[in-house]
Amino acid sequence: MTEVALLQPVMRDDLVIPEAVVSARDVSLVFDAGGQRVTALAGVDLSIAAGDFVSLIGPSGCGKTTLLRAIADLEHPTSGVLLVNGMTPAEARKRRAYGYVFQAPALYPWRNVARNVMLPLEIMGLPRAERQARAARYLGLVGLGDFARKFPWQLSGGMQQRVSIARALAFEPKLLLMDEPFGALDEITRDGLNLHLHELWRRTGMTAVFVTHSIPEAVFLSTRIMVMSARPGRVVEIIENDLPATRDLDLRETPAFLAVAHRVREALRAGHSYD
Amino acid sequence: MRGGRLSSTREGAILPLIAVILALIAVWYVGAVALNAPQAREQLAEGAGLRDLAAATWSMTRPVLPAPHQIAVELAQSLFTHPVTSPRSLVYHAWVTVSASLAGLGFAFVLGLLLAIGIVHVRLLDRSLMPWVIASQTVPVLAIAPMVVVVLGNLGITGLLPKAAIAGYLAFFPITVGMVKGLRAPDPLQRDLMRTYDARPLQVFSLLRFPASLGFLFPSLRIAVTLALVGAIVAELPTGAQAGLGARLLAGSYYGQTVQIWAALFMAAAMSMLGLAAVSLIETLAARRRGGRL
Repeated sequence: MTEVALLQPVMRDDLVIPEAVVSARDVSLVFDAGGQRVTALAGVDLSIAAGDFVSLIGPSGCGKTTLLRAIADLEHPTSGVLLVNGMTPAEARKRRAYGYVFQAPALYPWRNVARNVMLPLEIMGLPRAERQARAARYLGLVGLGDFARKFPWQLSGGMQQRVSIARALAFEPKLLLMDEPFGALDEITRDGLNLHLHELWRRTGMTAVFVTHSIPEAVFLSTRIMVMSARPGRVVEIIENDLPATRDLDLRETPAFLAVAHRVREALRAGHSYD
Repeated sequence: MRGGRLSSTREGAILPLIAVILALIAVWYVGAVALNAPQAREQLAEGAGLRDLAAATWSMTRPVLPAPHQIAVELAQSLFTHPVTSPRSLVYHAWVTVSASLAGLGFAFVLGLLLAIGIVHVRLLDRSLMPWVIASQTVPVLAIAPMVVVVLGNLGITGLLPKAAIAGYLAFFPITVGMVKGLRAPDPLQRDLMRTYDARPLQVFSLLRFPASLGFLFPSLRIAVTLALVGAIVAELPTGAQAGLGARLLAGSYYGQTVQIWAALFMAAAMSMLGLAAVSLIETLAARRRGGRL
C-alpha cells in the first residue's frame, strides 16, 4: 500500500520545494525486525538544494544511514513523501540520478581497479572507448591514475575507498550519496581524503549528502549540517555552515571553525537530553 | 609469488614422495607373497626355498594379488601393442569410459548450474528442491544404475547416453551445492551496488553472482570429475558392456584375470588424475585473468 502511495506522490506546492534535489516531508520508516517494530525514522523533514554539501550527523542508530538508503531507494519509507529530483526515489534510481559510496569500498575483487570503475558504465551500456576514457579521468581525479591495472587487494583501505568514489563519479551523477565512506580509515588518511573530497565537490559542483559521526569532518566538508537524534531518528537541528567556500585543513584550528563545531556538539547533546 | 612458494614445496616433497612410493611397492611385494603363497605352494616341489616361493608368487597367471611389475607389463602391453581403435587396447576402453564421463560432466554442469540459479533466486525452490537434491544422493548408485541402463535400453537408448546419465546423476550434486554457495557469496553491499545502478537480473548474474561463484565452482568440479568417472564405470557393469574400463573390470573378474583388473583400475585412476589436472589448468587460466586469485 505504501509503495503505491510513494509512486504517486501528492504534488502540492506547500509539500514539495520544486528546485530541491532531495526533499523529505514527514518521512517515517519502521522496520519489522522479527515481529518487533523498530522506528528508524520519525517525521523527518529536509530539503537539499542543488550544489549543497549536506552532512547527516548523529549518534549510532539515529537512522542517518537509513535516511541515506531511503533517498537511494535501498529502503522504503513507511509514510511521508520523499522526492529526489522531484521524482520518487525508485524513479530517480532507475534514471541513475545518484552515485552511492558505501561504508566499505564494495569493490569486486575479480576486477582490476579500472574495470571496477567501469562497472556502472558497462551496465549502462556505454561504448568501450568512452568507458576507458572515463575510468582514466576519474581515477586521475582521485589520484590513482597509476593504479588502474592493480587489483583491489593490492591497495590500502584508503586507496580502495578512493576507487569506490571514482566508481561513483564515473557515470557523472549530479547527486553523490556517501555513507561514512572514511569511517574505517585512520585519522591521517581521513584528513587527506576529506581535503580531496572537498576539492572534488568544489570542482564538480555536484550535490552531496554525507553521513558521518565525526564533528570535524562534518564541519570541514559541509555547507549545511543536519543533526539527528536517536530512537526515534529525527532531524533536531539544521546548522548553516558559513565558513568560506574554499577550505584547507588549517581551517580546522580557527575560532570560526571551532564555533561551528561547538554548535554541532551542542545540538547533538540537546538531542540526547532525555538520557 | 604464490606459485613460487608452491613449486618450491613440490621440489622439497619429491624425496619423501619417492620414499613413500618405494615403501608401498615393497609392502605390495610382501603382500603378494603372503596372499598368493597357498596357491603357489601347490605348484612348487617339496622342499622349495623361500626364494622359489617368492618368485612363484610374483609370476602367476591368475594371482590373488598380482605383483606391481606384472601390472606394469600388462598395462604396457594393452596400451602399446594394439592400435588404439582395437578392442584389445586399453586406450580404446579408457576413451569409451572417459567420453561417457565427459558427456555426463557436461550434463551435470548444466543441470547443477540451472538448479543452483533456481534455488538461489526462487525461495520456494530453495525449500522444495534442495531436499530432493540431497535425497538423490542417498540412493546407492549401484542400485539405480542397472535400472536406468535397462529402462533406457528398452527405449532404444544405448551406448554413451545411459552411462552419461549415471555419470551426470552423481556429478550434478557437488556442482549444485557448490554453485548455490557460490552464487550466494556476494555480500549485501556488492548487491546493493547493483541495485543503485538499476542493473538487470541478467547483469547481476553475469557481472556479480557468477564471477563471485568461481572460487566455489572449481572445488566442486574436482569432486564432480572423479564422481563422473565412477558413475560411467558403474554404468558399464550391469549390461555386461562390451567396451569401457567397467567392462574390462567385469570381464577380468569373470575369467579370474586379476592382472587385467588391476591394469584397468590403474588406468581409471590415471584418467581421474588427468581430469583433475585439466580442472587445475582451467582454474589457473581463470585465475590469471583475475590477477592470480579466484
